[in-house]
Amino acid sequence: MATGTKFELKMGAATREAFGRTLVELGRSNKDVVVCDADLSKSTMTTYFAQEFPERFFSCGIAEANMVAVGAGLSSSGKIAFVSSFSAFLLNKGFEQLRVTAAYPDVNLKAVGTHSGISIGEDGPSQMSIEDLALACSLPGFAVLSPCDEVSMRAVIHEVAAHKGPVFVRAARAKSPIVYSEGTRFPIGGSHELIAGKDVTLISHGLLVAEAIRAAASLEAEGISARVIDMYSIKPLDRDAVARAARETGAIVAAEEHLTDGGLGVRIAQVTAETTPCVMEFAGVNNVYAESGTPDELLDKYGLRAVNIAAAARKALARKGAR
Amino acid sequence: MATVTETRSVQELQAVCKQIRRHIVTMITAAKSGHPGGSLSAVELLVSLYFGGRMRHDPKNPQWKERDRFVLGKGHAAPVLYAILAEAGYTPVDELNTLRKLGSIYQGHPDRRFIPALEASTGSLGEGLSLACGMALAARLDGSPTRAYTMLGDGEIQEGQVWEAAMFAAFHKIDNVVCIVDYNRIQLDGFVKDIMDLEPLTDKWRAFGWHVIELDGHDMNAVNAAYDEAAATKGKPSVLIAHTVKGKGVSFMENNPKFHGMAPTAEELQKALAELA
Ligand SMILES: Cc1ncc(C[n+]2csc(CCOP(=O)(O)OP(=O)(O)O)c2C)c(N)n1
Repeated sequence: MATGTKFELKMGAATREAFGRTLVELGRSNKDVVVCDADLSKSTMTTYFAQEFPERFFSCGIAEANMVAVGAGLSSSGKIAFVSSFSAFLLNKGFEQLRVTAAYPDVNLKAVGTHSGISIGEDGPSQMSIEDLALACSLPGFAVLSPCDEVSMRAVIHEVAAHKGPVFVRAARAKSPIVYSEGTRFPIGGSHELIAGKDVTLISHGLLVAEAIRAAASLEAEGISARVIDMYSIKPLDRDAVARAARETGAIVAAEEHLTDGGLGVRIAQVTAETTPCVMEFAGVNNVYAESGTPDELLDKYGLRAVNIAAAARKALARKGAR
Repeated sequence: MATVTETRSVQELQAVCKQIRRHIVTMITAAKSGHPGGSLSAVELLVSLYFGGRMRHDPKNPQWKERDRFVLGKGHAAPVLYAILAEAGYTPVDELNTLRKLGSIYQGHPDRRFIPALEASTGSLGEGLSLACGMALAARLDGSPTRAYTMLGDGEIQEGQVWEAAMFAAFHKIDNVVCIVDYNRIQLDGFVKDIMDLEPLTDKWRAFGWHVIELDGHDMNAVNAAYDEAAATKGKPSVLIAHTVKGKGVSFMENNPKFHGMAPTAEELQKALAELA
């Protein structure tokens, strides 16, 4: 699955860039695709769509709640509406509208939040989205996806456009390493095992997939065989892959650029509790708002690096051994 | 009782404005990111409040209970507020160039965890007026002379919450709240008229029950007079619709949407400082 040698990754475009480009592809092949943006089109990259299809692009001003409900209205009337902003504003300002105008009536709305996580850097916590997955996953019927690279983002956007039902897709500001080769499929509810392993399983999404791959490399050097899974579909979750990892490796580390409360990790824990209880460790933002800094400094300080994932894996292995 | 910042002459205030503008462009250049345009457009409006005696505050006693409050709704303009707080003596001037760096008190957006003298942590647009209304109401309950000021961007007032707060303030006759709209006509993606036009803006505020004061937001005399008129207006809240120029004071930034959220280069900084000498 991974390109090149097992642990080697080449830098690619940001997932928001891939999102913007893919919207244009969709716009060309389907005239029902419409896009709404809230004064951030040059950041979310919906600007590409706006330039090519100005009549199908709706500038909403800085008014995310209205935008979400307008999108739901468009979708209720047969359009495939994408609404986009920074993830923090889309989910937090638009949550009630996502709930009552999209989730509850099961409307075919596509919400895409960019600039997720703390890796936006210098702007600081007001613009950082670390609660978005907890919020989106709480909505009945929503599909929630967090692709890790440009290849998977492009495929996911095509998937969600074809899918009937409300969707939230999470994109990042920063460039991300290319994990996949073109042509890989990303069905909603799926996952990809990127590295085989038998001692412990590292499960992540988004920018932390590359960190998990690096963690697996350092663990391998210590003689620890780590399985790496990209859980790009946070909801629905690939329960089989989780149960198999629990059964076959007996230890799981969940790593994500999100609060540990309410993120992928707790969703995995629910599945292991229901299927095959196993040792788990959680790497994520722990009950705190971050601060300004460079993306690298923040990922270091808040423990979202390969070293942190590897340390969590060692801890999980020690606990597994003690059982 | 704590003292109130002394009043300065218009000439002195204009000199302070220049100094604030130099800080703004210098600190954003050092940070390599930030929002110069909307910081520069707000200078006179804030200098009048903090240095022109229009706001009652005491840098030696930031937690003075009866101080007036200021909430920067448009939190991305943090550099103008930081420069003012520093020049007023609340925070160190020599740390301004640590803006946006890890560990700096001068965070990307106003953050009360780092500077307690800030009345609110902002950065998610649309919340400033609601906060100011709450502060003004608390003062009313306490029998305090406190007035609450908030500055909103013209793009920011597209948020529905602003109009919920506008209705609330008029309904509750909150005459100790003052809303300042920095009407610089540019938001993030471009010109306000092309993103989501606001006109007729003064009519909107009037229809919501506000006392509207329209002014040139760079004319120091007009700014001082507007705050005085707001303070004298009883029974309803006041809004300043301040016509301003985004990037004011730096020729190549003026009316240039590019400098909403882009730092100047080192070379551009030199040009800017020469113009602000
Ligand atoms: C709720 C919310 N949506 C979007 C943003 C991103 N954003 C930051 S500044 C800005 C434009 C603000 O324009 P305006 O209010 O006119 O400010 P000014 O021109 O005075 O800088 C946007 C959209 C935000 N900070 N908060």
